[in-house]
Amino acid sequence: MNEPRRGPEPAVELRNLTVRFGDHLALEDVNLAVPPGAFVAIVGPNGAGKSTLLKVLLGLVQPTSGEVRVLGSPPSRVDPRRIGYVPQFKTLDRTFPALAEDLVASGLRRAWPGRLTPEERKRVRAALERVGAGHLMGRAVSRFSGGELQRVYLARAFVRRPELVMLDEPATGIDVLGEADMYRLLEDYQKETGATLLMITHDWEAAYHHATHVIVLNRRLIGFGPPERALSERCLREAFGHVGHAHGISLSFGGNRHA
Amino acid sequence: MLEVWSLPFMQRALVAGLIMALLAGYYGPFVVQRGLSFLGSGLAHAAFGGVALGLLLGVEPLWVAVPFTAAVALGITWVRERTHIRGDTAVGIFFAFSMALGIVFLSLKREYTAEAFTYLFGSILAVTPADLWASAGLLALTALTLPLWGRWAYATFDRELAAADRVPVMLDDYLMAFLIALVVVVAMKLVGLLLVAAFLVIPAAAARQWTRTFLGMVLGAVGVGVVSVVAGLAVSYSYDLPSGATIVLLQALVFTVAALAFRRR
Repeated sequence: MNEPRRGPEPAVELRNLTVRFGDHLALEDVNLAVPPGAFVAIVGPNGAGKSTLLKVLLGLVQPTSGEVRVLGSPPSRVDPRRIGYVPQFKTLDRTFPALAEDLVASGLRRAWPGRLTPEERKRVRAALERVGAGHLMGRAVSRFSGGELQRVYLARAFVRRPELVMLDEPATGIDVLGEADMYRLLEDYQKETGATLLMITHDWEAAYHHATHVIVLNRRLIGFGPPERALSERCLREAFGHVGHAHGISLSFGGNRHA
Repeated sequence: MLEVWSLPFMQRALVAGLIMALLAGYYGPFVVQRGLSFLGSGLAHAAFGGVALGLLLGVEPLWVAVPFTAAVALGITWVRERTHIRGDTAVGIFFAFSMALGIVFLSLKREYTAEAFTYLFGSILAVTPADLWASAGLLALTALTLPLWGRWAYATFDRELAAADRVPVMLDDYLMAFLIALVVVVAMKLVGLLLVAAFLVIPAAAARQWTRTFLGMVLGAVGVGVVSVVAGLAVSYSYDLPSGATIVLLQALVFTVAALAFRRR
C-alpha cells in the first residue's frame, strides 16, 4: 500500500511509544512527529520521562511497545555519526586523564584517541574554534568550569556534522551569559546545517524564546507544538500541577520570540 | 651488579616480571579508572579457590584456577550489570565465596598442603618455562585485542556516550573481565595472591599523577611496572629479600613520590 508523501520525512517519529522498567511506567503511549530543522525543547517535571525519551532515541533504551523512527530508521539502525549527543556534563569523571582535544576527537572517531592524526587535529581545532574554545584544545578537562565543559561538549557534538543534535539539560551549571552564548551557538549551527535540535530543559522561558516546538511531557504527552500553544496554562497545569509561581516564572512571557 | 642477570633463574624471573609489567600496565588504567581496583584482589582470592580445587583433584592447580577465576570474573560482571548491586559489593561477595570454597577444598584434602602457600606469597624466582609460556601466550592474546583499546578507553571515559556510538559496552565488559582474570592467575604464581592487585593498581595510579592523557597513563603504568620489576629483582637478590614484596614496595615508593610531587594545588 503506497501512502501519499506528505512533505519531508520527520526527523523523529514516535507511534504509541511506551517504556516500562519493571512496574514503573516511564513513558505511556507517546505519539509525535518532529519536522526536520525544528528546535525542540522537552519540558516536564522530574521523573516525567524526558531523559528516558532521549535514551530511546539514542538506542540506549528499548521501547516496551510502539514504534520509534529517528532520521527515518529504528534507533539501533541509524548511523550514529548522523547524531550529536551532549550529555549532562555534571556526570563527567574528572579523574579520567583527558584533554579537550581527546574529548572532541572521540566524537570523530567513536573511540578514544591515542594520538590524533594531522587531519583529525585540524577538524578538532576547527570545531573548538567554532564554539569559541580554541584556546582549550590542549588543556585537561578535569579543571574546566561548567561553561568551558559545555563548549567542549558542543564542539564534540558538532565535529561530526550531525543532522540531529540531542542535548540533556545543557544549561545546568552555567551562568546566564554562558546560556545566551549556548543558544547562539546552537542557532548558528542550525542555520548553517539545517539540523534538528532536541533539548531537555527545565527553563520554560528559554524554551519559549528559542524553540520552534515544545514537548510537554509527564509520562504521557501533554502538549506538543509551537511554544505559544504547548506552553499553555492548561498543559503546564496538567504537567506540573501548577503554573509558574513555584519557579517564579510568569506565563505572560511577552517579548518577541527568537529575539 | 650485572652478574645477577647471568643466573638462569634470575633471567626467567626477569622475563616473567617484565611480561607482567606490560600486561598489568596495559589493563591497570582500565581497572583504576573504572573504579574496579578491588577487582584484582577479589579475583586473586577466587584464583586461590581454583588452586585449592586443583590440589584436591590432584591436577595442575593453574589448569583449574584459570577457568575458575574466569567464571568468577564473568559472574562478578553479570551481578554488576544485571542486579541492583554495585561492583565493589559484587567483588566482595564472590571473593569471600571463592575463598571459603578454597578453605573447604583444602580441608577435604586431609593432608598438609604446603604448595597452597606458594600461591599465597608467590615465587617469581621459581618460575618454570611453562609459566613463561603461559605469560607469553597471554601477552600475545592481549596484543590481539589492541584494536579494541580505543573503544575500551571510550567506554571507560563515559559508558553512555560509547553505547550511544554503538560500542558493545556490555560485551566488552565481559571480555575485559575475562582477560583481567587471566592476568591475575598468571601473576598470582609470580607475586602471590596477596600482592597481585598491587600490579594492576599501583603503577596505573602512580602514572595518573603526572599524565594528562589516557594513553600517557598506560605508557606510564608500563614504565613504572618495568622499572620496579628490574630494580625490585636486583634489590631482592642483593639483600636476600622476598622478590614479589620488594617489587610491590618499589611500586608504592614511586606512587608516593609521584603523589607528593604532582599533588593537586
